[in-house]
Amino acid sequence: MEEKKVFTSEIKNLVDKWKDKEGNLIMILHEIQNHHGYVPRELALELSSMLEVPLARIYEVITFYNFFKLSPPGKHRISVCMGTACYLKGAPEIIKEIKNILHVEEGRTTQDGNFHLDVVRCLGCCGLAPVVMIDGKVYGKVKKQEIMDIISTYVKEEE
Amino acid sequence: MYTRTILVKDTGSGTEDKTREVYTKLLDLLRTDKLEDQVQVVRVADIGFYNKGVVIKVLPENTLYVDVKEGDLARLVQATVKEDKPVEGLAQKKEPKQIRIVLRNCGRINPESIEEYIGQDGYRALTKVLLELNPEKVIEEMKKSGLRGRGGAGYPTWMKWKFTRQVAADQKFVICNADEGDPGAYMDRSVLESDPHSVIEGLIIAAYAIGASKGYFYIRAEYPLAVERIKKALAQAYEYGLLGKSILGTDFSFDIDIRLGAGAFVCGEETALIASIEGKRGTPRPRPPYPSVKGLWDKPTAINNVETLANVPYIFLKGADAFARVGTQTSKGTKVFALTGKVRNSGLVEVPMGITLREIVYDIGGGTVSGKNVKAVQTGGPSGGVIPREFLDTPVDYENLQKLGSIMGSGGMIVMDEDDCMVDIAKFYLGFCVDESCGKCAPCRIGGFQMLGVLARIAEGKGKADDPAILKRISFAMQKASLCGLGQGSPNPVLSTLKYFTSEYKEHIENKKCPAGKCVDLLNYSIIQEKCKRCSVCFTNCPVKAIEGNREEGYKILLDKCVKCERCFEVCKFKAIARK
Repeated sequence: MEEKKVFTSEIKNLVDKWKDKEGNLIMILHEIQNHHGYVPRELALELSSMLEVPLARIYEVITFYNFFKLSPPGKHRISVCMGTACYLKGAPEIIKEIKNILHVEEGRTTQDGNFHLDVVRCLGCCGLAPVVMIDGKVYGKVKKQEIMDIISTYVKEEE
Repeated sequence: MYTRTILVKDTGSGTEDKTREVYTKLLDLLRTDKLEDQVQVVRVADIGFYNKGVVIKVLPENTLYVDVKEGDLARLVQATVKEDKPVEGLAQKKEPKQIRIVLRNCGRINPESIEEYIGQDGYRALTKVLLELNPEKVIEEMKKSGLRGRGGAGYPTWMKWKFTRQVAADQKFVICNADEGDPGAYMDRSVLESDPHSVIEGLIIAAYAIGASKGYFYIRAEYPLAVERIKKALAQAYEYGLLGKSILGTDFSFDIDIRLGAGAFVCGEETALIASIEGKRGTPRPRPPYPSVKGLWDKPTAINNVETLANVPYIFLKGADAFARVGTQTSKGTKVFALTGKVRNSGLVEVPMGITLREIVYDIGGGTVSGKNVKAVQTGGPSGGVIPREFLDTPVDYENLQKLGSIMGSGGMIVMDEDDCMVDIAKFYLGFCVDESCGKCAPCRIGGFQMLGVLARIAEGKGKADDPAILKRISFAMQKASLCGLGQGSPNPVLSTLKYFTSEYKEHIENKKCPAGKCVDLLNYSIIQEKCKRCSVCFTNCPVKAIEGNREEGYKILLDKCVKCERCFEVCKFKAIARK
């Protein structure tokens, strides 16, 4: 019950900030996701009653855009770029290797909740292809053999 | 305040990157002469030269030295900084084939400082426009410049502005489309991050021309730094009175807000982008009515791409005629390309329209990394086409690329060599479009999916003789009947590969072979006995025991057991595994 109250005040601040601006739904969702890493259902419910927008309208938007997530992300977020340049330079093999090492599928989180694997469109650094980004840190010109080392630095951090 | 800037970059040919060494050496030299407050040394990512050793550029004189050795540095500092003259005896170079209009300030100014932008004549174009020209005259100038939209379709910018201006309405909007989604393209990102004010200035001029009172930046959320820089730049512009009420003392008022995209490729399409700014799902709607008549919240709206807007201040600063002197008859100015793929020097290049693909790929890009032949160049992203080697001498402009079955697009240019399979490429791009289809109209939603099935079957060796015909038929339907550019453009990679690489499709369908060695299902692995050193590494590494033999008699791969995991191919140090 207490958590719900926290949500309410947070949402209220957000709604107050964006209330006067038209087309605010996406921007509010962005702020929620920035804070929580995903859009919790309780928050969406709360938002729906405050904005007087049906919940279906909110979910329609959340599920349309790739950026919004409905479940909590892993502790470390691995994004493998699948832009054309990376694709040509071997991104598919990199993805295969990561999947093998972590036993995780695209868009999923490992069972221990430590890693989340995403395959993304383009990270915008095609000159460095193939590119892997972990928690905002970009690894360029990644070789398949290096993946193990890269990931293990994050595993060590956990221990 | 710095009076001079020295740009440094090791452009290669040596084995290690000396940029850092030269950079520290220069700083040391400047420090001993107590000049470090006057001269700024910058390590740049790209200086427009390749394979020319250490390249140094001195600004504002804009003199260039190539192949600079460490011993030359003291002389360079002495002459350029202290004596104010070029260094004698050092190799100087004229600017290469690149012309910098859009990227004029990138890497030269601090993007977070409005003072530095103003120091480069920033916002002078705006002052001139607001104080000296009326909106009609602005559009007239734009017409003279011949600037066309850089987002893809190449619609003349002045016409867009004129149509939006013509419609009577109580409010109008301008939008800067910064939802750069093409895989393999990052021109807009670099402009937004390294010269945000030029885009803002362009947007204000656009607003003045069409009579808009409110503008939006629609930026991809995946570009957090770009968002940050635009935010900062907007705050600075407000502070300087370049945005807000009565700009520069005139009665023109204009506000800009930021809206974030959320990872939907289709939102690059005008009407979908508008829906997204309105806070809805980003699905397109039929046009007409065009956004210039009924756009954001049903008000007349002009939507321009980042690169287009970054050109605008230059046009008013240097004059429309000066701008129109660059380029071809129908396509004026320059175009920024993100040159990537199998090319040696990948990066952003800005070239005059009309330059040939060969000049871009070989003279600027330095050919392929592998040294193999270029097989094709892909332009225009998922809506563009593949241009084969035979047409490398085509001058790049909107019309020529279209004739070849591709488009200018936003500026991705991907070089492919002989190791790339065209069926695989077509499948990759189409897969992208199928993923990104919003699902609103049937031709795109169903057609794309069906085509992808056909391509997958060809790549697996299950293709049928009439598959190319089926692909063409579905493509035609998608081109004619899809609601927006995404669906209309998505068959392009398939059609252009079918057209130029017919025989490669045939190989896949009839002989069940992939000449480039990409389609795994069509490959068989064998050991080249002449190259094999019998080291047994493949034998021990094979996870399914599909390799038999011993160190005396040699090894062979049992095809019926092989699962094509490529493990043997990767571990063999002697390249003795053949994939055919």
